[in-house]
Amino acid sequence: MAVLDIRDVTKSFGALNAVERFNLTVRDGELVCLLGPSGSGKSTLLRMIGGFETPTSGSIAIDGEDVTRTPPERRPTGMVFQSHALWTHMNVFRNLAFGLKLRRLPREEIRRRVEAALDQVGLAGYGERMTHQLSGGQQQRVALARSLVLEPKILLLDEPFASLDQHLRERLREEVRELQQRLGITTLFVTHGQDEALALADRIVVMRDGRTEQIGPPDDVYRKPETPFVAGFIGSMNMIEGMVSSGAFRHPSIEVPMPVGDGPALLAVRPEALEIVPVSGGNIAQVHRVTDFGAHGIVDVDLADGLRLKAMVPDARAWHAGQSVAPIPRAFALYRDGRAVHRST
Amino acid sequence: MTMPRRSAPIDPTGVAFAVALTLVIVFPLVVVGTWAFSNVWRYPAVIPQEFGLRYWNTTLARRDVWTSITTSLSLATTVTLLSSAICLPAAYAFARMDFPGRNVLFFSFLAGQAFPKFGLLVAIAGIFLNLGLIGTFWGVVLIQLVGTLLFMIWIPVAAFQAVSRRMEEAARDVGASPLRVFWSITLPQAGPTIAAAVLLSFVNTFYEIEGAWLIGAPAIRTLPVLMISFINNQPVIQYGAVLSVILWIPSFVALIFARRVIGSGSFARGFGA
Repeated sequence: MAVLDIRDVTKSFGALNAVERFNLTVRDGELVCLLGPSGSGKSTLLRMIGGFETPTSGSIAIDGEDVTRTPPERRPTGMVFQSHALWTHMNVFRNLAFGLKLRRLPREEIRRRVEAALDQVGLAGYGERMTHQLSGGQQQRVALARSLVLEPKILLLDEPFASLDQHLRERLREEVRELQQRLGITTLFVTHGQDEALALADRIVVMRDGRTEQIGPPDDVYRKPETPFVAGFIGSMNMIEGMVSSGAFRHPSIEVPMPVGDGPALLAVRPEALEIVPVSGGNIAQVHRVTDFGAHGIVDVDLADGLRLKAMVPDARAWHAGQSVAPIPRAFALYRDGRAVHRST
Repeated sequence: MTMPRRSAPIDPTGVAFAVALTLVIVFPLVVVGTWAFSNVWRYPAVIPQEFGLRYWNTTLARRDVWTSITTSLSLATTVTLLSSAICLPAAYAFARMDFPGRNVLFFSFLAGQAFPKFGLLVAIAGIFLNLGLIGTFWGVVLIQLVGTLLFMIWIPVAAFQAVSRRMEEAARDVGASPLRVFWSITLPQAGPTIAAAVLLSFVNTFYEIEGAWLIGAPAIRTLPVLMISFINNQPVIQYGAVLSVILWIPSFVALIFARRVIGSGSFARGFGA
């Protein structure tokens, strides 16, 4: 049972607020992803939870106990760093045993727990290796085991797979998810990769400039983005600026019925929700390029005003550059003043 | 780490340079070494008329030689230990902490080397005379300590800065106190480079002459100072040669130690390469 409670946390570096009035409660056994571009404050937030930075104001509590000003060595958190940060002058066994030795456990128990932890990450028998004799993925597994061996209440992962190649990243991601669920450990995962967040998280916190843009399950964040920023950051998204007047969103090339008041608005449509139909002549829109991905295709469409949209099509071979088409949004969200005001059902 | 060897084409210019350098460096050593082990060597013979240990016996039978060896060793050891105790924590502070005047202080260590050393020493000798430090062991320790400050600060600063902060944070994370992190993570990580600086400090102090002579004379005579007076006062070359060979010993031991323990890369890293 471990609950993390972050209340009104602000962190300023001089005049800059890296994190601003941040609130989040992470439930027991939950995996929450902090997702945002670099400079969004997600790493600073994680470092405050780990104890490496002190909040300028606000409080952090683990299981109801305030740890806002507790130094890292006395927090029940375990952190895995992006650069693995293994101690290169120790072998794998001693890397894992260091924290246990500090807790003055008997030698036999240290040995038993280190071996169990190595087994957990699939590195049984690697204890005598030096860290530089391991591959990148193995090093990151050792770093994970080094945290897990101490049985922390909260596991903190700071872009742990960022330096690995795509293939390895996906495999380790699945392993981490499996391990996390088996151990039921409350976990915070920082990433700037939206696919990583969508694949891993119970809930995603989308951050921007130190503030929360949206908190919700991956499904919500992907399908019901609350702000244009979330809409644009998660997955690929067509953003069309236009005006709403007399019950319809209007753009020179697109018109969609819209039950909202008149005024400027932003229409967001996913490529898979943008249908294109061939038309003869006219200059509504023109196919610029067709990319064939095999299972599907992406058609780049240039509107009359120069705006380029992406539409996903089931068969790329049906389309060719220069073709006259009409784009029809099938599912969309409408934003005004940075908030969603209408969503297609 | 060893690189896979490739058979490189022979570079005649490079070979010529190597041979020339070897001659320039090795030839004087061979001459001095030969002098030390020859009983009789008169012009114009290329090889000494008589080899032998006669001058070793007479040199090593002298009391002042043994006294100066002891003096030199205890001076170099004391200075190195003191310098480590003062400079290593200071270097850590320069590397990891921010305090007012940090940069000015850091570069002030260069200032000591920027002026002609002898002028500086004479001025210091004047002060030491008033303090009653002239001709004392601790006076020489103090003056030689100043000479070690530059590289005992600058090299360890580079070493500490090269230690990954994340590594230190990871140690805090698993429960180590800041002091424990320094002892178990930072120091072992910076260790080889710092060992190089300590070694340099010992060897430099052992061979230091100006300070030892100006502050130490006449009561404190180090081995190099004794050697100079031998060379100045004795018409017999062999005394100086024997002392030179004895003086090779610490640098030879230091070199072996450096190659065995430290590995060639760390010296370069110590100088920021």
